[in-house]
This record gives sequence, C-alpha cells and structure tokens, in this order.
Amino acid sequence: MSVDGRGYPDYIVILVLVCDYWIPFHAKMRNPTKPFPTTLSRMLAFLNAILTLNQLNQVVVIATGCNSCDYIYDSSKATNQSFGNGRMPTLCATLLQNLEEFMTRDEQLGKGEAEERIACSLLSGSLSMALCYIQRVFRSGSLHPQPRVPIDSCYIGAQNSAFLQQASYITSGVHHKPQQLDGLFQYLLTIFATDLHSRNFLQLPKPVGVDFRASCFCHKSTIDMSYICSVCLSIFCTRHKKCSTWGSVFAKGAADLKLMKDHGNGTDLRQG
Amino acid sequence: MSSGHVTKRAKYKTSIKDPGTPGALRLNEQKLMFMPDNRNSTTKLSVEFKSIQGHKYTKEGSNKPPLINLSNTQGGSYIFEFDSYSDLHVCRDFVSKILEKKSRDTSSVASEKAAVTLPDEQLSAAEMHLRIKLLQEDSELQNLHQQFVGGNILTEAEFWAARKKLLDRDSSRKSNQRVGFKSVMISEIRPLTDGRTNKVTFSLTPEIILQIFAEKPSVHRAFLNLVPNKMTEMEFWTKYCRAEYLNRTKNVHAAAAEAAEDEELALFLKEDDILATEVRKKIRRVDPTLDMEADEGDDYMHLPDHGIFRDGSKELNESQHELYRRTLLQDLNRHAAVVLEGRTVDVEMEDNTRAVAEALARSKQGNCGLKFSCKEGADGNESEERLDRMARATALEDLQPPHSLPLAPLSIKDARDYFDSQQVNALETSRDPSGKMESLGSLSTQEAYASVRDAISQIKAMGVSDPIINPEVALKVFNGLTHSISSIKYNHGKNPRESVLDRLPTATKEKLLQHWTCIQELLKHFWSSYPITTPYLYAKVTRLKDAMSNIYRQLEEMKASLKSDLRHQVSLLVRPMQQALDAAIQHHDADLQKRSAKSGGERPNGYV
Repeated sequence: MSVDGRGYPDYIVILVLVCDYWIPFHAKMRNPTKPFPTTLSRMLAFLNAILTLNQLNQVVVIATGCNSCDYIYDSSKATNQSFGNGRMPTLCATLLQNLEEFMTRDEQLGKGEAEERIACSLLSGSLSMALCYIQRVFRSGSLHPQPRVPIDSCYIGAQNSAFLQQASYITSGVHHKPQQLDGLFQYLLTIFATDLHSRNFLQLPKPVGVDFRASCFCHKSTIDMSYICSVCLSIFCTRHKKCSTWGSVFAKGAADLKLMKDHGNGTDLRQG
Repeated sequence: MSSGHVTKRAKYKTSIKDPGTPGALRLNEQKLMFMPDNRNSTTKLSVEFKSIQGHKYTKEGSNKPPLINLSNTQGGSYIFEFDSYSDLHVCRDFVSKILEKKSRDTSSVASEKAAVTLPDEQLSAAEMHLRIKLLQEDSELQNLHQQFVGGNILTEAEFWAARKKLLDRDSSRKSNQRVGFKSVMISEIRPLTDGRTNKVTFSLTPEIILQIFAEKPSVHRAFLNLVPNKMTEMEFWTKYCRAEYLNRTKNVHAAAAEAAEDEELALFLKEDDILATEVRKKIRRVDPTLDMEADEGDDYMHLPDHGIFRDGSKELNESQHELYRRTLLQDLNRHAAVVLEGRTVDVEMEDNTRAVAEALARSKQGNCGLKFSCKEGADGNESEERLDRMARATALEDLQPPHSLPLAPLSIKDARDYFDSQQVNALETSRDPSGKMESLGSLSTQEAYASVRDAISQIKAMGVSDPIINPEVALKVFNGLTHSISSIKYNHGKNPRESVLDRLPTATKEKLLQHWTCIQELLKHFWSSYPITTPYLYAKVTRLKDAMSNIYRQLEEMKASLKSDLRHQVSLLVRPMQQALDAAIQHHDADLQKRSAKSGGERPNGYV
C-alpha cells in the first residue's frame, strides 16, 4: 500500500509507503517459493526507481507490524553512509537494516502475549502516521495549500479488501490487485509510480465497482443486515448486550418484553 | 371581538319545550362547554366545534325568547336560551365566526390534493400548505406520496414522519422582508408657498416624522419630553417647521433673534447635541496608532501636483451666530447614516406619533446595549481603553495562542452515485467462493519472525535480485493491464465518473431509479416497524409486505421485457434490490411463523 503526496508542482512525488507485514499472514502461508524476500527486493527496486524519476522526489517507508508501526526509511534524511559491502544502493542497505531492527523490536513487544490472541491489523495507525507526515511537510513549506492526498492501494493476497477499495475511491487514488505476483515490479512501476500530473491523461486500471458495503464492528466482515446502536450508529452482526464503542447497555429486546416490562435506558438496538 | 372565548349565562334545553337547566355556557375556539348551576345535575356538556355543523337563532323583535340552536353532524342539536338578546348576539357572532373559519379551512384543503388529513391528526392549516408546497416542488416526492399514501400502503402521518427535517426547514423561512428607508431625504421638508395669502404650508406624513426622529435625536427627545405635557403635537410641529423655514432662509441673525425669544425654537435651530456627543465619542475611539508603512504612500504634501493647498489666511472670521448655521453636508451625512442603519420601526403598526416616537426610543435603547459599550467614565477610563487598543494593534504574531484549526465540512453524498457500484457485490457473489485464504498449516509467530529475518539477511548477502523481472512475465502483465483497461472502457465509457446507468435508455433508467427509491422507502418503513408490538404495526407490516411482493414482480416483468443485450446489465443492477426485498420478506415470514408457533394455544384478546 502506498500513499502519494503532491509536491509543490504536480510532477513531483512524495511517496509514503505503508507496508503491512502482518506476521500471522506469513505464518499461515506455506508457499514454498516464499514470496516475501522477492516482494521485498522488488519493493526496494521500485523505491529506487521513484527516486530516480525526479531529483526532488521523496520516499518515506512506514512498516506495520504485529504490535507497532514505525518509520523505516526517509529519503530526505538519508546520509550518504554506506552499509556493508557496497553491493547495493544506500537506500536498500539502510532500509533493510532498519527493518531488521524494527522486527526485533516488534517481536520483543509481542513477547508475553498469549499465542492464540486474535491479532488485528495496525493499518489505521500507520495510515495516520503517513498523513501526519505529509501534513508536516506541507506546513513547513512557504505555501499552505490543503494537500490532496490520493491513497493508492496494492493488495497482495487471496481476498479483496473493501476498506482499501473505498479509501482509494474516495481519495481518487488507484486500487489494484496484481494477478501475477512475479510481475509485481512491473505493476508497481506502471501503475503506482505515476505522479498526479500524469494521472490526468493516463488511463489507469479502475476496479469494476467499489464495494461500499459496511463491515460489522465485531468481526469486520461485510454484511447486509445488522443491528445498529441508535446513538453512535455502530454496526453489529449479532445481538450484543452493550455497545462496544461507548459501552452503553442496550434495552431489552421485544422477545424479552413479555417477561419484563422495562423499556431500558433510552438507547436501543434496532435491526435494519 | 378580539378575545378568544365567550362566557354567558344560559339555559340548556334539549328541545324547545324543555324548561331548561340553568348554567354557564363557555365558548372558545375549539369547543363549547356548559356547566349547570346545580353541580349534581348530569347535563354537563363539552362539544368540539368540529362536530357543529350549523346554527339557528331567534330573531330580535319577535316574541320568542332568545334561543340559539347548534346542530351537530350526527343530526342532534343543542339549544341554549339566553337572558337577553345582546347575549345571544355575542354568542351568535362568535359561533358564526368559528364556523366560517372551519368551512374556509376545509374547503381550501379540499380544493387541493385529495384526502390529505385523517380525522385523528390535528394539523394546522399552515402545515397543510407547507406539505402541499413541498409536494408540488419535488416531483419525485409527489410520486412517492401518490404511490404510497394514495395506494393505501402508508398513512400520511407515517410518510411525513420520516421527513421532519424538510418540514422544519421550510417553516423557518417565513420572515418577511421589510422595506427600508428611502434614500431621498424626505426629512428635508419643503413647504408650499402661497404668494397671495403669504402662507407657507408644510405637510408631514408619519413616514416623514419617523425619518425626522431617526435623523435628529434631539428633536426626538424634545418630542418625548414636551408632547403632550407642555404643548400639543400641532404646536410642536409648528415650531419645528418655523425653525426649518428660518434655516432655509439662511438668515442667521433672524434665526438667532427668534431663538433668543423662544426656548423651544432654539432647540430646533441649534445643532443637535445628542449627535455631537456621539461624534465626540467616536473621535475618542479612533485608533491613534499609525501604520508607518501604509502612510508613506499617502504623503501628498511633499509631492508636487497632488492635493489642494489650503491657505488659512483667507478664512472668514467666525461669527457669533455660527451655532445656528447648518450645512447641507452634515444633513446629508446624517441621512445616509440613518438609511444604512436600517429601519427598526414600522410606521403602519403605530397609531399615532407618540407611539412611533416611543417605539423608536425603545429600539434605540436596545441597539445601544448591543453596539457600543457606552463607557462614559472619567478620562482615566478613556486612556485605559486607548492603551488597550494600542496593545491590540501591535500584537505579536508568534506570541498568539494557536488558532483553532479549520474543520472540513461533512460531505454526505447523494446515494445515487453509489447505485451502480452495487453490482460489484452481485459479481462477487456470483463468482465461486474458491478464492478463500488458504489456511494450510501454521507457523508459530516466532518462526514467522525468524523467517522474515532470514529473508532480510539473504537480500543483504545477495543484493537485490537480478533481473528484477522476467521479460515474458513483464509482457504478460502489460497485456493483461491493457486488456482490462480497454474492457472497462468499453463497458463503462471513457468518463471515469460515468456510470452504468447512463448507458441504459432513459425510460429504463427512470423506471429503475423510481423502483429503487420506492424500495428504499418501503424497506425503511418495514424495518422500523420491527419488533412488532401493536396490532397497528402488524397491519402496517402486512401492507408493506404486499407492496414489496408487488414491486418484486414488477422488477421481474421489467427484466423480461428488455432486449437481450441490456438484460444482463439490468439484472446485475436489479439483483441487490431483489436481494434486499427477499431478505425483508423472509424475515417477515419467519417472524410470522415464530408468532403463530408461540401463541399456538392460548391467545389473549387483542394481543397479536
């Protein structure tokens, strides 16, 4: 997943890449070709290519782990210090070093938790970090326009992500799910390396339609019919005793009305 | 009469021959009530005027006692005998006024759309008009209304209950626009001069008087003080007009002479002291700080050919009667200021000049509280204020507290933009669900972390893989992308925001959208009726379910009637609508079964 930012002129790209390395996902995959290292190397090549396209381009990488999110690389702050054996550009070396350290830290944070804990993605946290970074870059400049930040999403996996589809649609970004994983670099360079100026005349792939269905708050699955809290409009797929968003207790349902004639606290769980 | 009710002594008779029970009859706008004198009697009455149809009464001058006979809609009648004919007349007038109003309301409503109120719904005529106006403005709303309320699927109350926001918004738009002051200076009254009789006639209308009061506050004050205590209104205006005449002649000495004799005349001749104090206050509040930068461009003195050079030596000496000279410029400025302030008093509403003057005084008092913080204090206060103002003018930006951040306004989009995206869901469900995540085996978290670290060290050792991409794979990717982009372009059109809907013929599109809005409305009412607790809801739900089955059938018919090339697209669009309807009908049937199973045996009366 990547977040594009608008530089001062339209043809400059400030790319904030949010990589969701959700460990349980890798834990469940048993694919012998182990796509992770190749995905990583392709991503490194892609980032290099972005920096080559224009001298003023900037790249920032934020990694989302199991327990934390952090900045892995920032091209505007990079020094020219070269790691290791000089076999690869500074960008890759720095990034890999930082990534390794991040993984170690993340693992440390995860120690002590139960193995069977339901893991949830920290994508919202890293997206917030990305947006704050972009705002900071714009505020520090002499111009103070409201940046238009399109969110492009590249989904690698079996299913589809309604959330990313909606995010890309609403922010007029690009959403694409590559059909062939070994051609990932080509996809990245063709679709996601375009700057905002070029997008006016380039034909980028559009999804057939966007899945605008809501997801339930308890299981994050898309649903058509749900129970809704009448105050905060949180959506639940099954009947709950209290709203998980703000903790209010729901009134007794109609089935229980015969037993107790009590109409509750004014909050209601409605079906719809 | 202006009061809303009438109370009279009367005797209630059930027929003409009946001697009648004495008591008190009370009429107000909604109903009439009769309380007999004898509390134990059972002939208490309370009848709504809605059920009163007509009234008959005995004429004065005949030998009959004063009777009024009110007939109601069911054919019965209430007869009251009054003590005197004057009482009868009062009551009769009241009743006839109410009946007339009632007939006017009902006839105006009947002349509009058919059967809009229910007898148990108390609606004012204003609300009725509002609803009719809304229906006339929005044809879509009108269609829905006709279909549902006209087709007896929903009641009027239910239909409008979901649209309270529309009704509220309209009712607040009722303010009338008031006409302001004219820019013509009508306060500059010119008299008609009659050369023969040497008479000069001034004519003052209430409008002119209001302007005079607004522009000359000292005259206003004098009026409030002097009339009617010291002099009549006529005398006041005579004096005022005399002062105006003297001013017009520009004969300063004559003005001074007359002013010396007549105190009140002097009031009108010299300058307005209230205005003067106000101006002085304003001068004191002028910002003494200087914007040096901006001022540099204003230096007209040292540039040649700019500005007018003023030679003070040519000025005339001030005469001792300077007080009585009034300039056109002062009057013009004052008039302009008053016009711009706007009108606060409506002359039509006030009966006489005194009332106008008082109304103006009241409004000024209100304004004074709002506009100026009239701090008349010692000079100490004034200088404090000045220092405060200077501090404000020289504010340092970086020492300011942070400004509140601008909020992005909430943008709620039209639901129709998302209409055609529903077909994605249809496509997804139609695809076979074999693309689920492969949950084959599982590594533990530790192993996962270890594998990631291995991968990283592998890349570090070997460098980024070379070649980064296989040329055949790259070609395949390109072809795939091109194909998908062109096929989407073919299906959906070049415009990225163009929707599938636009490619259908107009008639089909309209029908589809109409069906969709109907279905939304039905589903809204349907789901809000659950859980069913009263028989009323039960009946409503049954009606809604019938309507939904009806629409379902209509959708099927529409699909069948289309040409084959459109049929696939339309069926994709229609499918989510049908799914929603199916879900609702299913729920209804399930609920029905549950109910009948639960109350299979005993069924208390009326409980559904």
